Amino acid sequence: MIARSDFAAIAQWVTPNAKVLDLGCGDGSLLKYLAETRNIRGYGIEIADANVLACVEKNVNVIQMDLEAGLSGFESQSFDFVILSQTLQAMHHIEQLVAEILRVGKHGIVTIPNFGYWRHRLQVLGGHMPVSKDLPYQWYDTPNIHFCTFADFETFCRDHGVQMLERHIMCDGASVTVLPNLFGKLAVYRLERRAPD
Amino acid sequence: MHSQSSSVGLVTPQTAHFEAPLSLNSGAVLDGYDLVYETYGTLNADKSNAVLICHALSGNHHVAGFYPGQEKRPGWWDNIIGPGKPVDTDRFFVIGLNNLGGCHGSTGPSSLNPKTGKPYGASFPLVTVEDWVETQARLANRLGIVTFAAIMGGSLGGMQVLSWTIRHPQRVRHALVIASAPKLTAQNIAFNDVARQAILTDPDFHGGDFYAHGVVPRRGLRLARMLGHITYLSDDVMGEKFGRILKNDVFQFGYGVEFEVESYLRYQGDKFADSFDANTYLLMTKALDYFDPTHHQRTSLSEALKPATADFLVVSFTSDWRFAPSRSHEIVKALLDNDRRVSYAEITAAHGHDAFLMPDPHYHGLVRGYLNNVARGLEL
Repeated sequence: MIARSDFAAIAQWVTPNAKVLDLGCGDGSLLKYLAETRNIRGYGIEIADANVLACVEKNVNVIQMDLEAGLSGFESQSFDFVILSQTLQAMHHIEQLVAEILRVGKHGIVTIPNFGYWRHRLQVLGGHMPVSKDLPYQWYDTPNIHFCTFADFETFCRDHGVQMLERHIMCDGASVTVLPNLFGKLAVYRLERRAPD
Repeated sequence: MHSQSSSVGLVTPQTAHFEAPLSLNSGAVLDGYDLVYETYGTLNADKSNAVLICHALSGNHHVAGFYPGQEKRPGWWDNIIGPGKPVDTDRFFVIGLNNLGGCHGSTGPSSLNPKTGKPYGASFPLVTVEDWVETQARLANRLGIVTFAAIMGGSLGGMQVLSWTIRHPQRVRHALVIASAPKLTAQNIAFNDVARQAILTDPDFHGGDFYAHGVVPRRGLRLARMLGHITYLSDDVMGEKFGRILKNDVFQFGYGVEFEVESYLRYQGDKFADSFDANTYLLMTKALDYFDPTHHQRTSLSEALKPATADFLVVSFTSDWRFAPSRSHEIVKALLDNDRRVSYAEITAAHGHDAFLMPDPHYHGLVRGYLNNVARGLEL
C-alpha cells in the first residue's frame, strides 16, 4: 500500500503489539498500516460518515464521535499510544485535546503541518495567506483554524506540562535537520505528560 | 452471487418442540414448549455461516421473505436480509424465531396449556432476556449450530445479543447491537408501566384470563401501542409527517379525530390490537425492564461484559430518544474497557427509534461492510 509520508515516521515509535488510539483516523489507513507493520490493537475516532464506513470496510475498529466533545469514554492511561495525525490545526480546543491525549495515552504522537515553512512565509510577506499543495485551502474555506509553526508548538508544550520526547521533521518525505522551522513541512512529535515538579 | 439485491421469496415457518423442562429466571419451570422459526439461505457443511436475528418488542420469526399471497407484506426486517442485501442470504444462513412468550406461534400466554387444555393466560410465567437466550441456544443445538457467525438485533433484540455474548461467549463470533441499551432508564421503565397499566386496567383484561371470556382488552392494548408509537418516533418526524394538519379544514370543537396525527395513532393502535396478544405485550415490556447484566453481581457493565469474546458492531441513531446514542456509548465504553474489538456508528436519522428498521443507505452500508468482513474471515 502507499503510505502517507508521516505513517512510517509514526510507525517507528509505535512498539509492536501496542494498543493504539488514532484521533481523527480518517479512512483508517494509518491504523491498518500499523496493524500490518506493528501488529497493533487499534481503534480510530472519526466523525465523518464516509470515513466511518471506510474503516468498517477495512476491518479497522472505529468509534464515531466528535473529538471536540473530549475523550470522557476512555479510561486514563488505557492506551499505549494516542495519535493525532494532521488534525490538531482543525480543532477548536487545543489545550483540552492535548491534555486528553496524554491522559488517555501513555504516549502521544502528534503530527502538525508547519505554518512557518519558508514558502508559506514568502506568501505572507507577499501579502497573502499561504496556499500550497499541503495546505490547499483558501482562508475562507479552510477547516484549519489553529495554525502554528513548529517553534510555536514546542513553546505550547513547554507551557502546558508536555514533555517532548522525540521529534522527526520532514519535507516531502525526507528528513530535515537544518533550520527545521524554516525548511520542514511536517513534524511528528512523541510526547508524554511531564511529571509534576 | 446475485448482482442485485432481491427477496428471499416465499418462506415457510417451522416449529421446533422442546420436551426438556426449562427452568426460568423467575424460578418457574416450563415443562415443554414450541419455538416457531424461519430460516433463509443454506447452512454450510461446517455450520459456520449461521446468523441469528433477535426480535424486539412486537417482532416475531417472520423476518424476511413473504407468505403465499402476501407479497406486499414481507417480514419485518426484509429490507436488510436477502440475496445480495446487507445480511446476504447467498452467504449466510439466517434464522429468525418467535421468542418464548410470544403470540405468533411460539409457546406463550395465548397458547393452550397441555395440562389444562386452556390458554395459559395469567399462569404463563414471566420470561427474561436470559431465558430467551437459553431457548435460542437450544434451538441452535437442534439445528446443529455450535457457533454463530453473527447474532444481530435491534432494541430489545440488541439486549439479547449482549446477553448471548456474556452467557455463551464461545458461541458468538460477531455481535451486532443496534439501537439498544445495556439496561432501561427510569423514564423508559415508566413508559412501559403506563402501557402496562392501560392493559391491566382494561375491564376486558380479566386478570389475564380474558380468553375464557371471549374478549380481548383492545382499549388497553390500543392505548399501549399508541403511547409506544409516540416514543418510537421523533418530534421532528412527527412534525414533518403530520404537522398540525386537520382531516377537515375547520375545528370541530369536539373529541373526534381531527388532527392527522390522531388518525394515524388510532389506526396504528387498532391494527396492533387486532393482531397482538395483550399478555405477550405485558411480558415483553417486563423482559425489557428486567434486563440488566449488572444486576445480579451488583457490578459495572465493564465487569459484566468481561466474559464476552465476540467482536462488536454497535449502532445508534441520532434522533432515537427511547434508546439514545448515549446508551450505546455505555456499551462501547464497557467493550473498550475489556479490549474487545468494537466499531460504533451513530447514524444521522430523523425517524427516532424506528430508524433501525428503515433502509438508510449509510446504516445499511455499514452492516453490509461489517458482514462482508465476517464472511471473508470465515471464507464464506
